[in-house]
Amino acid sequence: MTSDQMPMTKVGAVLVVGGGIGGVQSALDLADSGYKVYLVDRAPAIGGIMAMLDKTFPTNDCSMCILSPKLVAAGRHKDIELMTLTEVLGVEGEPGAFKVRLKRHARSVDLSKCTGCGDCLTKCPVKDLPNEFEGGLSKRRAIYRLYAQAVPNAPTIDRAHCMKFQKAKCGACQKTCKAGAIDYSQQDEEVVIDVGSVVVTAGSKVAPTSLRPEYGHGRYPNVVSSLEFERILSASGPFSGHVQRPSDGKAPKKIAWLQCVGSRDDSVERGYCSAMCCMYAVKEAVISREHMAEVQPTVFYMDMRSYGKDFDKYVDRAEKQYGVRLVRARVPEIREDAATRNLIVRYASDAGSFSEEFDMVVLSCGFVPPPELVDLGRRLDFELNKYGFAATDAWTPTATSKSGISVAGSFAQPMAIPETVTGASGAAASAGAILAEERGKLVAQVEAPAEQDVANAEPRVGVFVCHCGVNIGRVVRVPEVVEFARTLPNVVFAEENLYSCSGDAQERLKDRIREHKLNRVVVASCTPRTHEPLFQETLAQAGLNPHLFEMANIREQCSWTHSDQPDKATAKAKDLVEMAVAKARLLESLHTVSLPVTQKALVVGGGIAGMTSALTLAGEGFDVFLVERERELGGNARSIAKTIEGDDVQKHLKDLADRVTSHPRIKTFLGTQVRKVEGFVGNFRTTVRPSDASDSSDKSDVPLQHGVVVVATGAQYRTPTEYGYGQSPRIVTQKELEQALAGVKESRGQGVKGRALESSNPVILDSFRSVVMIQCVGSRDADRPYCSRICCTEAVKNALAIKELSPDADVYVLYRDIRTYGMREEYYRKAREKGVVFIRYSPEAKPDVRVTEGKPVITVNDPILGRPVELQPDLLVLSTGIVAQSGSEELAQMLKVPLNADGFFLEAHVKLRPVDFATEGIFTAGLCHFPKFIDEAAAQAEAAAGRAATILSKDTYEAEAVTAHVDEQLCSGCGICVPVCAYGAPGLIEKDGRTVSHVNEALCKGCGSCAAACPSGAMTHLGFRIDQTRAMLRAALKVKPEGLKDEAGKAAH
Amino acid sequence: MSPSSKDTTPDARRSEFGDRSSFEPRIIAFLCNWCTYAGADLAGTSRLQYPPNTRTIRVMCSGAVDPSLVLEAFRDGADGVLIGGCHPGDCHYQSGNYKTQKRVFLLKGLMRQLGIEEERLRLEWISAAEGAKFADTVREFTAQIRALGPLNAPATAESVH
Repeated sequence: MTSDQMPMTKVGAVLVVGGGIGGVQSALDLADSGYKVYLVDRAPAIGGIMAMLDKTFPTNDCSMCILSPKLVAAGRHKDIELMTLTEVLGVEGEPGAFKVRLKRHARSVDLSKCTGCGDCLTKCPVKDLPNEFEGGLSKRRAIYRLYAQAVPNAPTIDRAHCMKFQKAKCGACQKTCKAGAIDYSQQDEEVVIDVGSVVVTAGSKVAPTSLRPEYGHGRYPNVVSSLEFERILSASGPFSGHVQRPSDGKAPKKIAWLQCVGSRDDSVERGYCSAMCCMYAVKEAVISREHMAEVQPTVFYMDMRSYGKDFDKYVDRAEKQYGVRLVRARVPEIREDAATRNLIVRYASDAGSFSEEFDMVVLSCGFVPPPELVDLGRRLDFELNKYGFAATDAWTPTATSKSGISVAGSFAQPMAIPETVTGASGAAASAGAILAEERGKLVAQVEAPAEQDVANAEPRVGVFVCHCGVNIGRVVRVPEVVEFARTLPNVVFAEENLYSCSGDAQERLKDRIREHKLNRVVVASCTPRTHEPLFQETLAQAGLNPHLFEMANIREQCSWTHSDQPDKATAKAKDLVEMAVAKARLLESLHTVSLPVTQKALVVGGGIAGMTSALTLAGEGFDVFLVERERELGGNARSIAKTIEGDDVQKHLKDLADRVTSHPRIKTFLGTQVRKVEGFVGNFRTTVRPSDASDSSDKSDVPLQHGVVVVATGAQYRTPTEYGYGQSPRIVTQKELEQALAGVKESRGQGVKGRALESSNPVILDSFRSVVMIQCVGSRDADRPYCSRICCTEAVKNALAIKELSPDADVYVLYRDIRTYGMREEYYRKAREKGVVFIRYSPEAKPDVRVTEGKPVITVNDPILGRPVELQPDLLVLSTGIVAQSGSEELAQMLKVPLNADGFFLEAHVKLRPVDFATEGIFTAGLCHFPKFIDEAAAQAEAAAGRAATILSKDTYEAEAVTAHVDEQLCSGCGICVPVCAYGAPGLIEKDGRTVSHVNEALCKGCGSCAAACPSGAMTHLGFRIDQTRAMLRAALKVKPEGLKDEAGKAAH
Repeated sequence: MSPSSKDTTPDARRSEFGDRSSFEPRIIAFLCNWCTYAGADLAGTSRLQYPPNTRTIRVMCSGAVDPSLVLEAFRDGADGVLIGGCHPGDCHYQSGNYKTQKRVFLLKGLMRQLGIEEERLRLEWISAAEGAKFADTVREFTAQIRALGPLNAPATAESVH
C-alpha cells in the first residue's frame, strides 16, 4: 500500500482477468464506456469454456455462432489490449491506482507478423499430442491453434514438446512461414501495468471425474465427461459432429447421463449444486437425438433443476418430443462389458433396483474452482469461500472482499452463461464507478484524414489479389486473376500481394490509393468476417470512406475448398473478383449518424433492482429519475425478513432506500406512474403522472428527458385459490408464515432491526408444533408452466426457522423437485439433518387437502412407502409461485418491448444479452424479467446500469452506417416494413400531406429485411442495395453490366 | 421470364465452366453473414472439399434476399439458387429467417407456375459451426442440379440464335 501524502492519481484503465464470455463482456462494456482495458488470459486464445460448447440451452443456439462475433469484437477493439498466455503474479496499490505484475509466456510466434494462415500447422513433425481443447479425443501438433476460430488466430508453440526446443533441431514451422512470424527467441517476460480497478472473470473448471472413480472415466473409453461430449456433438469437434463411441467409432444407440458428478456430494467436499448440469445434460440428450434419430437418451438425476426462464418447457419438450427418458435415481457404480465395451449401469429408483446396459455414458460434471484460480485469489488478495470460490454477498454480488476488485461469472459460484454475462456487465459497472472521473482519458484517439468526396466521380477501382503465402497461390493462379481483373470495367489498377493483411501491405495499399487515385478498393483474399474491418481502417487512413470497399473470399470459399481443382478454382476466383468489382463500381460513401444523447437515465420501479440500478448509475456520475408506483420504496423485499444465508433484508433495504433518497443525482418520484414514452435511444421523452391524479387531465403530468430506460417493475406473489386457502386461518402462504416468524422472533427479542414486520395472522404464532408445506402451488402446471425459482429455498428457509424456534416441531415439505441450486443446496442438506421430512409427489397425484373442524388434513402418496399417508398439521403452508406484475402489458406497449408467454419481460437474447432489450437503450432487471433471488436481482440491476453506461458515457450515439433508407417519392405508405422489423425502426409518418415510412437510424440494425419486403422498391438497404446485389448476380452469370458495351458478347458472336 | 431475353450467348456464358457438352451447374448462393457464410468459412478452415459450382453473394440476413432477385437469377441463367440462413431461433436479427422461409414457400409456388422445377431453389439452415453441413449441402445440391440438367435447356440453347 502506498503511504504517500500526495493525492492519488487514478488510472482510467481496468484489468480483466480471464477471457471467457464473462471477461469478454466486461472488457467490451468497459471499453465502450471509455476505459482502457487489458484482457488477460492464461490460454493462447480467449473464448473459455463457451468456445468448447456445441449448443446452448434453452434455445439450442449454436455456441460458436453467438460467441465468435464477440471474440472478434474484443480482439479488434481499439481500447482492449489482449494479453494471452499471460498470468497475474500480484497486485499492489489501492482502488483507483493498482500496479499489477503479469507474466507473459512466450508464444514463439510474433503476433504482429502472423497472418493466421495456418501453413505452419501442417508441417510440424510432432503429431501425436493430445488435443486438450477436444478433451484428448483428437491429436494436435507441437505448434497448434487452440481452435479454428481462435482469437488471436495465431498459433502457439508448445515448447515442452517442440523438437526445436527439446532437441535443438527441426525448425520446420519457421521454414514454412512466409510471413517470418515464427520466433524461437521469444522469452517469457514480466510486465507491470497500471490500472484503476480489476475485474476477475477467471471462471471455473469442470469437476474432475476422479471424484467418482467408480464411474470408470479414464478406464472405460465409452465413459466421457460432459465437456468431452460437447466436443463430440460439435460439428467442428474431433468427430466432425458424428456421435460415436471413442472405443470403436460406432454410433451409440443407448446413451446415459449421470448427474451430480462432483456436485451435491459432501463425501467429496462438493456440497453445493453446480446449478446448470441438469439443463446441459437434457440439452446434450436432445441434441444427440437431433443428430441421430436412433439414439435413446436416458438421464439419471436426483432432482430436475430446470428453474430458469423457459427451462421447464425445454425439459418437457425433451421428454415428449425427443423421447428423452428421465429416471430419478442415483447410480452407485458402472461396470464395463470387456467384450463389447458397453457399460452396465446399476440403479435404484422408486420402481425397484435395475441393471441396464448402455453403449455410452456421459458424466455430468459439476464445476469447481481449480487450484490455479484459488492461487489467483490469494495473489489478488481477496477472500474465498470454503470451496475456493470468490466470497461475495447478496447485496453487492460483484464485489470481492478487496475494494477495487470485482468478480463475475463462475469464479464466484457455478453459474450458466446468462448469469455470467449479467455479472460481467455488473462488474464492469462497479469497476467503472470507481473511475468515473477518469473516463475517456486513456482511450485511443482515432485520427483520419479528411474524406474524399466520390459521389460524382467516375469509379476508379483498385484490385488486390492475395497469395496468402501459399494458401491461395498454391491452388488459384493469382497472376492470372490479376490479369483478368485488369480487363474489368473501371478497374484502373490491379496487383498481387503475398499477404494483403500484413503491415507493409497496408502501407502499400494506402500508397496505391493515392498514386492511382483509387476511389473503390477490392481485396481478393480471405473472409470479410474477420478481415474487412482491417482493410476498412486502412481505407479511412487513406482518406477513403470505409464503405467503398468490397472483398472477394478466394481462400475459405475457394482455394481451401477446391484444392485439387486449380483450373476451376482459378475460374471461380475470377468470377468472385468480377462480382466484387461489379458491386464496388456501385458502392457509395456511407456515414454513421451521430445522435445527441441525454445523459440521464429513467429507472421504472423502486424495489431492490430499481434502487440498485439507480445507485450504480448515479455512482457512475449519471442523473437518474426513479419512478415508483407505490408510496414507498422497497417493492417485494418489504415482506422478506431474512435471506436464507441470514442477511437482514429490512436493514439492507432501509440502507438502500436512504442512499437513494439522499443521493444528489437521483430524483425519486413516489406514487407515480409512467403514462407515455416517446423517442428512442439517447432521446427518450417520458411523461409520468401521480397514481392518484384525480382526473385524466395532464395538469399533474411531469415530462422527463433521458437517454436510457431500465425496467425494474418487479413481480407479485400469486394468491392461491387451491388447497383450501381462505377456508381456515391455519392455511397460509410462505410469505405470511415468514412475516409471522419474524414477528415471533421480534417478540422474543431476537427480532430484526429496522421496520417491524406485522403478524397478520395470530393463529400462526402458536402453531409451530407440526407444519406441512406444499411446493409448486400454482407453479409448473398448465396455467403457469414455469418454475418460480425461489419457493424451494423459501420453504427450506422457513422450515429451518421453525426448527430453530421449536426443534421438536414436525415439518413436512411436499415437493416435486427440490431446486435449491448453487450454494443453497447446503441449507437443503441442513434441513434434512434437522429432521425436516421431504415427501415427493407427482403432478399426476397432487396432495389432497380438506378442512376438518377448522384444521387442514392432507393426504399424499409417499413414494418410499408406496402408499398414501395422511397428515394433520396445525398449519398448512402453501408455496405459491410468482406471477408477472400487473401493468406489465401497458408498460411493454409504451416501450415497444416484448413480454414472454408468461408475462415476463423478454430480453434481446437469453444467453448473451440477458439484460438488454432488442430495442436499443432499454434494459431490464429484477423480477419483471423472471422470478429470482435478491443477489440475482441485484446482479441484474448492476448489469443493466453497466449496459446503460455504454450509451450514457458518450454525448453522442453512433448509429450503424449500414441501415435502411426510404425513398419518400417511391414510398406508398403501405406500412409493410413496420411489422417486418424486429427492432421497431421503420414507422409511418405524415409528410407533406402523404403517409410515408421513416426509418429511425438509431434503432436500425441493418439486416435489410424491410428492403426485401418493400413492394414499391422505396426501401433501400445501404451497403447492400438491390442494384449492387443484382450487379453481382449478373457478373456471376455473365450477363453484361448495364450501361457498358457488350464486348464479351461481341467476341462470342 | 423468357430465357431468350438474356444478353449474351450460352457459349459465352458457359465459358468459365468448360464446354457445353459437359454440363456444369451454375449455382448462386445467398448466404447470411452470421451463420451460413460463417459455416462456409469453417468448411474452408477445415479444408472440406466441395464442387466449385457456387458463386456466393453475402447478405446480412437471409431475410434480406429480395425474392425478385431469385427469379432474376433463374432468368439470367442460374441452374440453382441456394439460400442459407441461421437455424430457426438463431437469427442474428431475431426473426429474419422466418421471413425467408415464408418467401421461399411462395417463390416455389411461383416457380411451379413458371415451369421451373422447385428443387432448383433450396433453403438450408446452416450454423457457423456446421462447416461439414455446408460442404455436404453444396455437394448434394450440385449433384441434384446436375441430375436436373440445365434450366430450360432446349429453349436456352436454341432461342438465342
